[in-house]
Amino acid sequence: MPEENGNKNKTGVLDKVKEDAAALRKTLEEKAKQQVEELKQPEKTQLYRSMFRVKHDDEPRNRALSVLSNVFFHLHPAKVNRDATKYNFTWGMGGITFYLFIVLTFTGVLLMFYYHPTKVQAFRDILYLENDVPFGKLLRNMHRWAAHLMIIAVWLHMFRVFMTGSYKRPREFNWCVGVLLMVLTMLLSFTGYLLPDDQLGFWAVTVGTNMARATPLLGHEGPLGAQLGMTPYNDVRFALLGGSIVDANALLRAYIWHCIAIPLIAAIFMGVHFWRVRKDGGISGPSPVMLESEIKEERSPRPVVLRPSGMGQGG
Amino acid sequence: MGFDWRQIWEIASSPDNVPIVALLFLIPFYVWYAIRQGIANDKLIAILEGDAQAAKTKYRKTQPWDPKWDREVHTWPYLMRMEFLVAIILTILLMVWSLTLNAPLEEPSNPNVTMNPAKAPWYFLGLQEMLVYFDPWMAGVVMPTLIIVGLMVIPYIDVNPLGNGYYTYKQRRFSIWTFLVGFIGLWVLMIVIGTFIRGPGWMWFWPGQTWNAERVDYAVNRNLDQVFGIDGSWLAAITHMSKDQAAIWARVIFGVFPTVLFFIGAGFLVHWICMRTEFARKMYKRMSLVQLITMYTFLILMISLPIKILLRLVFTIKYIWVTPWFSI
Repeated sequence: MPEENGNKNKTGVLDKVKEDAAALRKTLEEKAKQQVEELKQPEKTQLYRSMFRVKHDDEPRNRALSVLSNVFFHLHPAKVNRDATKYNFTWGMGGITFYLFIVLTFTGVLLMFYYHPTKVQAFRDILYLENDVPFGKLLRNMHRWAAHLMIIAVWLHMFRVFMTGSYKRPREFNWCVGVLLMVLTMLLSFTGYLLPDDQLGFWAVTVGTNMARATPLLGHEGPLGAQLGMTPYNDVRFALLGGSIVDANALLRAYIWHCIAIPLIAAIFMGVHFWRVRKDGGISGPSPVMLESEIKEERSPRPVVLRPSGMGQGG
Repeated sequence: MGFDWRQIWEIASSPDNVPIVALLFLIPFYVWYAIRQGIANDKLIAILEGDAQAAKTKYRKTQPWDPKWDREVHTWPYLMRMEFLVAIILTILLMVWSLTLNAPLEEPSNPNVTMNPAKAPWYFLGLQEMLVYFDPWMAGVVMPTLIIVGLMVIPYIDVNPLGNGYYTYKQRRFSIWTFLVGFIGLWVLMIVIGTFIRGPGWMWFWPGQTWNAERVDYAVNRNLDQVFGIDGSWLAAITHMSKDQAAIWARVIFGVFPTVLFFIGAGFLVHWICMRTEFARKMYKRMSLVQLITMYTFLILMISLPIKILLRLVFTIKYIWVTPWFSI
């Protein structure tokens, strides 16, 4: 019996499998055809829709949504002043500065793979980068020149903002944030100068930090410094260098300021800076010219009401 | 001693000086670019000021305009395509620059071998140049702080409501001149001097002169009290101080006068400049007392720099006020 039963079962299962296979063979072709057909419209797939939430057909709604629903693009408003898209008003200097910051972060991270902030290794690492690491020289060059370029771009950005009067109400505070960002940019560059541990960086940083000796009150050679008990071993220069001379500790401190602390601080300020550009009413112009005869009598200082988007009209 | 072209080339072609050479072209270009747009707007403003009807109806920008056009355009693609384009161009530029020019690398650092000249990075050369005219605590600490704070107070002391969001020259003459003097005269020019003029020993070498480290400058710098022959003898005569002590105190007392005199004189000069035009007087009336004091203080301090440069380079005077604790 068991044999019979087993036989019966066996044939039953086999038949079922055969049946299924036949059915599958029939539908598989159709399914495959259908799926290949669907691939011609990738934007309808689940995978695509999970990543991109909006259609990208060329119509106004989608143009706006593609900016607003993308985390990288949503710093932009959906629409801008038509005259502001031309090069001649902004010179693109703020954007160039930010792009250079990204380039510097990217090349900087790659450089960090090859660099040890120690007196024994630092200079050798640069030689290694220049002579043995594939594209190492290009990497270092790009980092160096992008840094120089960033400083120039920051200055020109500030110059443009000044010349268009864009620091005026309601953008006063953002100008201040911008000034701090400029200082941070120069400090970033300066701390990086020491890292190759060559004569150029060493003496530049020596000259630079020697000035810190003379800080009023906090430097041992500064006015009233000695009277407050400042010595070469406890003053502000000592804090900067981690010692009384530019040596191993100074190298490590410069490295950490350069690679971690200042970029973090700068990134926070950048976030505020960009956010405030939007909240202060977007890019300042080119706005319609105002006439002298239209100046209103100055009332007592009005508080500027910040109207976050979604709170009443305007915004 | 002919004109040393080689020396000039050596300075200009030093890789880290390339940004300064670039600045020499970029700054004049962008100043021209901004002023040109300012003048175009000024012409438009002049037309509108003279024609009340046009002021009501005309498009108040120099950009082309058609009533049928939308006031705003979509960020995508009109702005973002520009941004992507700029990013690509910039990347190519950086690549070419990096392929053709190597970042400098000197000998390994050696505290026993001083570089001559030992120069700060180019963007701080303005401060290093100020070291000639001021003591380190002024040039290295106070001045940078004043520059940063001075920049940050600009929006709060500029009460002129005109020129917000467009280029103009006529509506903002005073602020534009002040900024240009500060940015170009006292910052960029100092960097250029620090790069091209200052050679070994931070000595002054005109373009074309060879940087000769053996040269000795015979300039004798004197302090203002020495020019006036202050030696404290009168103070010793009327008090019981020793001669040395009297000399120190006499200098301290003497230095107060030129310093105060400078502040008063420069204050009047600033005030005179601020009251020169009808429009400037109108702006003056809009300012609060705090705004006025802040602005005058920063402008006076700004003037002190060229005055010190003049005193030092032309009259070889080092300090105007010498005290045992600080000297300026």
